[in-house]
Amino acid sequence: MAAKYTKELAQEMYKKMSLIRHFEESVKRDFLAGEIPGFTHVYIGEEAIATGVCAALRDDDLIESTHRGHGHCVAKGADVKLMMAEIFGRETGLCKGRGGSMHIADFNVGMLGANGIVGGGFNLATGAALANKEYLKNDRVSVVFFGDGASNRGTFHEAINAASAWNLPVIFVNEMNCWASTTPYRTTCNTEDISDRAYGYHIPGVVVDGQNVFEVYDAAAEAVERARKGEGPTFIECKTYRIEGHFVGDPQLYRDAKETQKIYEETDPLKIFREKAADEMGIMTREECDELDEFCAKELEEAKKFAMDSPWPDAEGYMKYVYADE
Amino acid sequence: MREITFSQATLEAMEEEMLKDDTIFVMGEDLARQGGIFGQFKGLSDKFPGRILDTPISETFIVGGGVGAALAGARPVVDMHFADFIGVCMDEIYNQMAKVRYMFGGQAKVPLVLRAPDGMVVGGAAQHSQCNEAWFMHIPGIKVVAPSDAYKAKMVLKAAIESDDPVIFFEHKVLYPATFEVPEKEDEKPYVLGTADIVKEGTDVTIVSYSVGLKTARAAADMLEKEGISAEVIDLVTISPWDKETILNSVKKTHRFVVCHEAVKQGGVGAEIAATVAEEAIDYLDAPTLRFGAPFCPIPFSSAFDQIVRVQPDDMVAKIKEMF
Repeated sequence: MAAKYTKELAQEMYKKMSLIRHFEESVKRDFLAGEIPGFTHVYIGEEAIATGVCAALRDDDLIESTHRGHGHCVAKGADVKLMMAEIFGRETGLCKGRGGSMHIADFNVGMLGANGIVGGGFNLATGAALANKEYLKNDRVSVVFFGDGASNRGTFHEAINAASAWNLPVIFVNEMNCWASTTPYRTTCNTEDISDRAYGYHIPGVVVDGQNVFEVYDAAAEAVERARKGEGPTFIECKTYRIEGHFVGDPQLYRDAKETQKIYEETDPLKIFREKAADEMGIMTREECDELDEFCAKELEEAKKFAMDSPWPDAEGYMKYVYADE
Repeated sequence: MREITFSQATLEAMEEEMLKDDTIFVMGEDLARQGGIFGQFKGLSDKFPGRILDTPISETFIVGGGVGAALAGARPVVDMHFADFIGVCMDEIYNQMAKVRYMFGGQAKVPLVLRAPDGMVVGGAAQHSQCNEAWFMHIPGIKVVAPSDAYKAKMVLKAAIESDDPVIFFEHKVLYPATFEVPEKEDEKPYVLGTADIVKEGTDVTIVSYSVGLKTARAAADMLEKEGISAEVIDLVTISPWDKETILNSVKKTHRFVVCHEAVKQGGVGAEIAATVAEEAIDYLDAPTLRFGAPFCPIPFSSAFDQIVRVQPDDMVAKIKEMF
């Protein structure tokens, strides 16, 4: 691989991936310990996708996330302290404790929200792209992240068809992690590559190795450039694997734990990064990666502490934010 | 005063608002070329080129796309074609549009208007005649309005477009061509979402309605007047959040409560209001509350059924007289 990536970009991407990994490990640990209520879905093993895509975006570009949204939120630039406070339901959280893990959002960094409804983000991202292009007259790009499961929702079709018909600046980033909750992708869909569908909408569809952040970044950068130039939407299918259960605490009786572990060891995007960046390209050393890991571990310790030290929301304020005029 | 149709009133509202704010745009099926299936968008596309969009037949995109556009900072008005099609994009309404502000802790605002032509027209049958406003009264985070005449249509639509909250604007198909007296433009008063309107003062019984039901309520009130019963008629205008204070104050004055709407009676808007009256003003009541609405059946096609599925002023009068 040619040295087309700056050291800064490589460092930024590794730091984001490591931050996501540490964030998710912290959440998983605390959820299993009973400290975090509700439902939570972690992004371990898929970090390269959010990171590579968001590295190609500007701060004012917009993303629509999924129920597995912590990674997208970190990658777009949210403060992990405020994220963790949200996950612990505190007033200092990004959503003032009203959203939690499944509805985490940070509008200040263009992260328009995780979505508890699978396939809920397609239309929102496409509508945002329409507004930006036609009525707000800017060159912002929208991205919608979605899994293979969501690709079978009707909302997928309605959004991508409109995006294509109107040539909108929206990028459809598919995280093909092979599992729709407990159901293997190929038992509910008769195509190996979901991006084949792009042909039917007359838009470019590409398949990339979702474990290789550089490959994801390249595809995203190209799609962003097209979108910004007014050339319309792109479908990027990122091949990955859901290493964790559907939700934290999922007993995963539907699959072989040894096989999952093997896939993880072979395809861990942080490990692959080290091989590419340090061993092949020589733009970062493994020691520098270790240092970033240590930095991220500390960030997460502080984030947890910040969350724990934060006040609970005032329960009397439950009506706040129902309506804008109240 | 001047005379315009309900349809013209909505057009005036759209035009006045769109002139003020370039980020207002409209999307839905058959709006630009056709002017809307009921002509309620006629001419708008010529006045605002590129701001009236004919969408694919994709209701989840129409509403979900509208929500996304609102999140990005625009002020979309989206059209449902027929209110009956609203179920196709229910998730976009109740899980996205209604909830994003709350679940993101106030980071989002959704200045979106969802226009929904509803109600019975002759021969419309089961899937093109429904009044489904009650569904949305059960969902916090959205506002629901259903004006009953041209002036209210204009002022309520303007308020809806200016609101930073999502508003579902139910507009009865029968009202579009109807002509009403409205004030000259300089005499118009802004409408405040959530306020009811006492359209006729009275002392003996309170009759609450909205949309086309108000015509029925007024007809009943006029007939009652001749029988010596003074009815106070209240136009709810905003179905959610509704003006509890105005209605409870009226009931405390008249001591009798009646509600009527074209929608199915069971689980209807009237049920919620009647329950609130029972909770908060039962000691003031001199008679049990009365609710009038459609029977619990889909809207039949044949005109043979017309009278039976519509609330009739005669029936209202007969039952209201029994309250005394």
